[in-house]
Parts: sequence; structure tokens; C-alpha cells
Amino acid sequence: MNSIKLLLRIVFLAGLFLCAARACYAQPVSSTDLINNATRFDAATISYEGEAIGDIMYRGNFAWVNLHDGTNAIGVWLEGPAAKSIQRTGSYQSKGDWVEVTGTFRRACILHGGDLDIHAETVRVIKPGRSYAEKLNIRKINFALVLLVILGVAWILKQLKFK
Amino acid sequence: MILRPRVEDARTIGYYLGKVIVGLGTVMLLPMVLGIACNEFNPALDFCIGAQISLIIGILLIKLCDTDKDLSWMQGMIVVSLSWLVAMVLGAIPMFLSGHWHSFLDACFDSMSGFATTGLTLVQDLDHLALSHNFWRHLIMFVGGQGIVIVILSLLVKGTSGAFKMYIGEARDEKILPNVVNTSRFIWLVSIVYFILGTLVLGVVGITEGMSKGSAFFHGACIFMAAFDTGGFTPQSQNILYYHSAAIEMVTIVIMILGAINFRLHYHIWMGNRREIAKNIETVAFFFSVSLLFVLVAVGLNQMQVYPYASMLFRKGFYQFISGHTGTGYGTLYAPQFISDWSQLALVGLIIAMALGGAVCSTTGAIKMLRVGVVMKALFQDIKRVILPDKSIVIQKFHHIRDVFLEDHQARTALIITLAYLALYGVGSLVGMLLGYPFLSSLFESTSAAANVGLSCGITQPAMPAALKITYIFQMWAGRLEFISVFTLIGFFVAAIRGK
Repeated sequence: MNSIKLLLRIVFLAGLFLCAARACYAQPVSSTDLINNATRFDAATISYEGEAIGDIMYRGNFAWVNLHDGTNAIGVWLEGPAAKSIQRTGSYQSKGDWVEVTGTFRRACILHGGDLDIHAETVRVIKPGRSYAEKLNIRKINFALVLLVILGVAWILKQLKFK
Repeated sequence: MILRPRVEDARTIGYYLGKVIVGLGTVMLLPMVLGIACNEFNPALDFCIGAQISLIIGILLIKLCDTDKDLSWMQGMIVVSLSWLVAMVLGAIPMFLSGHWHSFLDACFDSMSGFATTGLTLVQDLDHLALSHNFWRHLIMFVGGQGIVIVILSLLVKGTSGAFKMYIGEARDEKILPNVVNTSRFIWLVSIVYFILGTLVLGVVGITEGMSKGSAFFHGACIFMAAFDTGGFTPQSQNILYYHSAAIEMVTIVIMILGAINFRLHYHIWMGNRREIAKNIETVAFFFSVSLLFVLVAVGLNQMQVYPYASMLFRKGFYQFISGHTGTGYGTLYAPQFISDWSQLALVGLIIAMALGGAVCSTTGAIKMLRVGVVMKALFQDIKRVILPDKSIVIQKFHHIRDVFLEDHQARTALIITLAYLALYGVGSLVGMLLGYPFLSSLFESTSAAANVGLSCGITQPAMPAALKITYIFQMWAGRLEFISVFTLIGFFVAAIRGK
């Protein structure tokens, strides 16, 4: 009976330890941390998340996607099929998918000519992006119309010859 | 006795300034049209407002200051220096209206950085900036690189005498063709031919590197404009690192070097005189400077052991180095990496390269290779004078399009401008240090601003003190115009206050 209790305790503690470790591991690292402490994170497995921006650039069976966490964008090298899970990227007209990646961080990647990058092992879209509906700014329109009238007056004045 | 400027001076200056402003307002219509074409109506309105304000001011100035008099030297210089300040303010209007700049000062900073082809930027959330605004950022580099006033004078100014004074005032020391308007048009011809070729090449490379067609050609056009004009803006926040592409880095290296070559040399190459490349004092000085300084940078980087392979050293070391030397400011590193991954030796090598720059009559800033070459020749001449017998006559020659005998006044002019640049680098560094930044970072950023480079080690950001932003704006302006027209403007104001 005692040995069963001991075994249960060990299993419970091990489970607790794994959960804690998982929680620490899953905590995403910010781009500022990665860039400013690149030596410390070099070759470590990290979790990073950010908005997919610009183009998803496919290179053979792999792809580059740049993830912007609000401060900086970092390049993520991932497998082609994983890149396909990203549907929308950020631009003027849209907010890109918010993506979480776990993978190996490189301060100066040997494979990519010294780029500071992340080689992703897992990719997960946390929040899908959306397109922005542009609302016309009425104040700007009114201001532009007033300026147009003034410009017209200025042009007429220029054409007039005062004696 | 200082003579107070006459009303007639102000009228003539105002008239030509008005023409420049009308030209600038017209240029703003291009991004406005792009905005409409891309369904970016609010950005199109930003440019509509900016263009209208410019046109109103320009037309009123032309009307109020109407004159048929040609420019004197003093007036020409003042028109140039004022044009750049006015362009900065007017060019900042659409930027500020976009909401991507924290304050109007930040928008002015980026506007001056663009016109002066520097590349330092305070824009926020660049990755969501409208295409038309992004196009404007790069277009002002293209316009500023050729020279704002050259753009206007090749289109609007009839008399060539006044045009020549403005041409000189805009830091163009040399005419390519006998007529300065034709010279301006030739500069535009070269730039547009290279623009078409460069955009095509960059677009095709972008597509092969996985970009969509539209995006590849838009980025190609923007990257070309900023690379050829040694500017340094890019459409995305990661600069050239965004592309993760050795091919794009290679193409931009070629474009940056083309932009750093004297337009006069371009003319001779176009005319089939390719031997001039090997003989010209500027290309020779550039070759030696690149070779010697890159050894410094490479040794410095080797001390840190961050880039142990040749391919890494080339893509991280040489790329930033040549970008700095040509005054472009394209980068494949994050700003803090200069401090964390580069040794002090490597940084000093890069700072010297930025301080020297490319060729005169090119789109680069900084001291420039002709002056470096002339100063070195003058030094050799003096050493020879000491070594050789007293009665010997020491003659020093150099080749710049033709063989030239070095004269004292050439050495003196080159030295004065060199000293003025060194002082400008120093002043910016001092202001940086006064505001609490470390010495090397301050020197790096100050040199980058004054030499119109655009590489940053992290000081330039929206949160930096306003005093430093203003200092860098002044440095970009004075560095781009090479001092004379700036000094003339200061003298004009002093004369207006203290003159009789």
C-alpha cells in the first residue's frame, strides 16, 4: 500500500514538474528579448508569436514568413505545408494571422548567411487575420474641398495682371 | 560692413522658391493617383491635401514675387537651401496625415531623411503603411537623390545662368554637358534607364524568391529608387533582411555601387570610354578605401566569431559595409546587433567607410572620394617636397576624366569641406553624448545622419529626444548640401538682422 502511495506521489510530482516545464517552455519570447539577448537564446528552442506580415515566400519545400510581435518582425523558416496554414498576411488593407511558432532560434544562422531567424518545428494560427474596411475620413474630404477653393482663387489671381 | 539684403533679393528668391514648391506639389500627384488606383482613398486624400497646400503656397509666391531677373550666386544658394527645408515641411504633410508618425517633427525627420537620401526613419507600423505612402517615401529619395532643384530646373527654369547657380548650390560640383539643363536631363535619363532595368531585375528576382508578382515589382521599384539614390528606405520594417535572399542582396550591392559613381563617369561609360573606370581618381580611391577598410571590418568581426563562414561574413559584414560606404544604409541586421555582434574595431571601420562616402556628382553624401584622393595626392606632394632637393619642382597629377595638375586651391577646397564634414560628425556625436548616449553609438549615428547613410545602431527611434531629432535633421540637410548654400542662408539671415 505504501509503495503504491509513493508511486502515486512520484507520478503526481513528475506531472506537476512537466506541467511547469511546459508552461515555461510555451511562454512566448518577445522579439526585443530575442534580439537584445541573442547570445543567450542562441540554438535554444523557443516559442515566438506575432502577426504574419508581407509575403509568404516559398523556397522549394520550405518558406519564409516574417512574424511581427508589435515591436519587431523576425523571419521564420518553416516547411511549405505549415506555411499554407497561414491564410492572411498583414498589409495596409488587412491584419495578418496571429501565429505562434516553436522552434530553434539562431543568432546567426549558418544555413541562411548569418540571418537572425527561427527554424520552426510547430506552427499554429492563434487568431485569424481580417481585412480592414477603409472608412473615408470626412474631415479630410472637407479640408481638401476648402483647399481646392483656395487653390482655384490663387490660380485665378495668378492669371490676373494688376497694373 | 554687412549689407542688408534688398527687397529685390527676397522677391527673386521667393519667385524661384515658388517654382520649386509648385514642382513639389505636382510630384505629390503621383502617389495620389497610385492611392486611387489601389483603393487607398484616405492616403490619396493625404496627398491631395499635401499637393494643394504646396500648389497654393507656390502659386502665391510666384504671383507675389513675380520677376524676370536671373539669380545671383547668393540668391541661387539661398533658393537651394530654403527649397530643401520647405520640401521637408511640405513633404511631411501627407506622412503626418497618415497617422504612422508620432508627431509632425517625426514626419519632418523622415521627410528630410528621404529627400537627403539618408534612410534613418521614425515611421511606426511600417508593415501596415499604404502602398501610396510607401511609394512617396521612396519617390522623395529618387527626387532628392537627383537633387530637388535639378528636378525643377530641368522642367521649369528657362534661363541657364540661374539654373547653374542652383545646380552648384545643390552640391553638384561638375557639369557633364556644357549646358546645365542638359546635364540635369542627362542625369534623369541615366536614372530612368537604370530605374527600368533595376526594377525589372529586382522584380524577377523577387518572383523567383517566392514573392507575388505585384508585390515583387512594387518592392523592386521602391528598392531600386532607394538603392540607386543611396537612400536606404525599404517597404518593410526589417529592411533588406525581410527578403532573406542572397540574390536580392547581390543585386542591391550592384545598384548601390552604380548610385555611388559620378554621373560624369556614367556618361563616359555610356559613351564607350570604359578605360576611364580604371584610371579615374575616384574609382581608384574607392577601390583602395573599400579594400583597406573592409580588412578592418573583417578582422573586427573575426574577433567576435559571430560569422565564422565566408558566406556569412559576406552577407553580414560586407553587405553592411558596402551599404555604409556608398551611403545607402540598407541592412540585413537589427540595429542592436551592431553593438552586440560587432567589435569596436569593426564598428570603427564601418564608421570611417560611412564618413568617406562615394563619388562627387553622384547621389551619395559624405566627404567623397574625389576629395579623399585630392587630399592624399596633396599629402604625397608635400612629402616629395621634403624628400627631394630644394630646387626641384614637384608636380602632382591626377586623372579625373582628364589629367589634372594638382593646384593648392584644389587641395584647400577639398580640405575645407573634409574638415567641415568632420566637424559635423563631431557636433552630432557631442549632442548624442550630452543626451546620455555612449560615445561609439553617438559617433555611429551622427556619422550616419551627416553622411546621409541611414544605418542605425539603435539610437534613432521615435522615443529619442526632440533635440537629437532636430540635430540629425540639421546634419542630414547640411551634409546633403555640402555646407556652402547652408552657410549662405545663415549669412543671409545675419545680414538681414545686422546689416545696414
